[in-house]
Amino acid sequence: MTIEKLTSSVKGMVTSFGLPRVIIALFLLVLFILAPFVGVNVGTSLSDTLNRFGMNAVMVLAMVPMIHSGCGLNFGLPLGIIAGLLGATISLQVNIPGPTSFVLAILFATPFAVILGWGYGQLLNKVKGGEMMIATYVGFSSVAFMCIMWLLLPFSNPTMVWGYSGTGLRTTISVEGYYLHVLNDFLSIRLSDHLLIPTGMILFFALLAFIIWAFLHTKTGTAMTAVGSNPVFARASGINVDKIRTLSVVMSTWLGAMGILVYQQSFGFIQLYMGPFYMALPAVSAILIGGASVNKASILNVVVGTFLFQGIVTMTPSVMNSMIHTDMSEVIRIVVSNGMILYALTRKTEAVR
Amino acid sequence: MTLHMTKTQKVLRFMGNNTVPILFLIICAFGIPLSGYSANYLVSEVIVRIARNSFLIVSLLIPILAGMGLNFGMTLGAMAGQIGLIFISDWGIAGIPGMLLAMIISTPISIILGWWCGKILNMAKGREMVTSYIIGFFMNGIYQMIVLYGMGAIIPIRSNALVLPRGYGIRNTVNLIGIRKSLDNLLTVRLFGIPIPLVTFAVIALLCLFVLWFKKTKLGQDMRAVGQDMEVARAAGIRVEHTRIISIIISTVFAGYGMILYLQNIGTLNTYNSHMQIGMFSVAALLVGGATVAKANIRNVFLGVILFHLMFIVSPMAGKNLIGQAQLGEYFRVFVSYGVITISLVLYEVRKKRDRGLAGLVLAAEQEETV
Repeated sequence: MTIEKLTSSVKGMVTSFGLPRVIIALFLLVLFILAPFVGVNVGTSLSDTLNRFGMNAVMVLAMVPMIHSGCGLNFGLPLGIIAGLLGATISLQVNIPGPTSFVLAILFATPFAVILGWGYGQLLNKVKGGEMMIATYVGFSSVAFMCIMWLLLPFSNPTMVWGYSGTGLRTTISVEGYYLHVLNDFLSIRLSDHLLIPTGMILFFALLAFIIWAFLHTKTGTAMTAVGSNPVFARASGINVDKIRTLSVVMSTWLGAMGILVYQQSFGFIQLYMGPFYMALPAVSAILIGGASVNKASILNVVVGTFLFQGIVTMTPSVMNSMIHTDMSEVIRIVVSNGMILYALTRKTEAVR
Repeated sequence: MTLHMTKTQKVLRFMGNNTVPILFLIICAFGIPLSGYSANYLVSEVIVRIARNSFLIVSLLIPILAGMGLNFGMTLGAMAGQIGLIFISDWGIAGIPGMLLAMIISTPISIILGWWCGKILNMAKGREMVTSYIIGFFMNGIYQMIVLYGMGAIIPIRSNALVLPRGYGIRNTVNLIGIRKSLDNLLTVRLFGIPIPLVTFAVIALLCLFVLWFKKTKLGQDMRAVGQDMEVARAAGIRVEHTRIISIIISTVFAGYGMILYLQNIGTLNTYNSHMQIGMFSVAALLVGGATVAKANIRNVFLGVILFHLMFIVSPMAGKNLIGQAQLGEYFRVFVSYGVITISLVLYEVRKKRDRGLAGLVLAAEQEETV
């Protein structure tokens, strides 16, 4: 009797959490258990996972406002990233070394994010129902357009432009001397030789996550949720649907810009040109792995999803490599992340819109 | 009864319906003189590209007929075609027999992949395009697993020219010397010094005839009905899901053949890249030809190939002559390809709304007349 009860409750949990998510969580658990036996240091892996969690979490958070307002998954994340890149490059051009440059980058990125996000929001309001496909291509074409701009814009800081011609930005720009590790090193805790917790970066994410959480509980935030779950009802209760949707897109775009800045300060490089091209897909699949769906997402989904996704990305290469001496991690990453997006897109209950 | 329109309204409507081709005509009109290429060179290049690409683009037509939008899942067929080519290169079968064998190998793979893709798209009605797009990425992972890890290890591949030095997995580039231009060079005619691959064109013409004929068959009509309205079609006794799956299978199989045709012209296979770009370029070319997500025909295919590839040939040189950087032209054409798809998708959604409004106007006009 109790066993039956147990199996049924386990089954209930599995269905509510979604089978693919359970599989992915178990897979990650197996990787962590296997790690010490094949000679991979768990401390290093854990600290790598935490580091990558911090790097990517803000970009995953950027999915939340748009999902809430019913704009679907933000495949147009590259647009936000471009705003961040503009902020970063202008900050380096101003050439004030040290942590100030990070604050400057945020300040410079914000107006671009707001303007681009506003235009992007207006566009998405015209194409209700087909947002995701158009978002994908808005992302792609903006990246391609900026490729031209990176060549033409009059940047002149010698650390950024090509050495021999003196014009045109390099494909990767080091942020060393500017804001390398400003968040990582802030209050960082060293637990052992291998385990380092990048406190500052995680605090920064926590701060943004708290702001979004608090916002979603304000009057405007509740209106956003209402627009997402039932636009007709929302209009009937006097909410300006288009305005709320645009606001959510601006927020997502701004978070995307912040996300890439956090990523850069930990990674150490600004990646221009085709760099941001495929950055939307990992973020989209991370939030889906965390339990979000095409029209429902919470901060908890962001945290769980980013941890699971980045855990797999960090653990598979090291564990697989020491087990079978082949690096199949890239293939596993592609299959897991896109499989997760496919799973979310094909759920019947979510195919209402 | 139609709504009466003034001449300017008609012109505006024509412009509105053909925004993308007109935009492209303007780009080409500026680009051609800037590039400084001779007319002879341009014509011969465009003919090569028509022969190379149109088969692939025609494969997109049938899912559009069935109302499933642009089939970004055509990359699945391209993968099947490439697997066929890898096998015939390993077995050393050259020329036309090699191509035929590659097609035969690709067919069952395409059918299975197309069936699976159709099944999934049936689960994601209303967002087929974005789903088929992600399916392409997903299958790319599986394809890499098979080709990079399975071939040579589990699937026997003997040729050292194909297998990586580590003993398994296929090399990044495979030289298709055996079948290189074997179809194109079968029978060529020189017109004003421009070689024209007659057999390739005959094959493409056959495919076009097939598509035209197919639209008139019972199955083709069923597909049109499903594309118009799934519920009405279901009420009329059409097996909607089944019909949709068949349309995707046909598209995938043709995409496989198209990929083989495409690669025999190019002569080298980029094992891990060729199929990824082909979907985007084919879709962009079709849209440039004036097709929309819901309506496309043979005319759009050829107009699209000509305009899109004219832009493609001209832009690096034009960029170099205009600003002094060929790189700029390269980025420009990538931007234009993606931009065209974006504009077409946006226009389609906007037009859908507008047509709904126009239908209301027509109805109002009719009612006024009856009163």
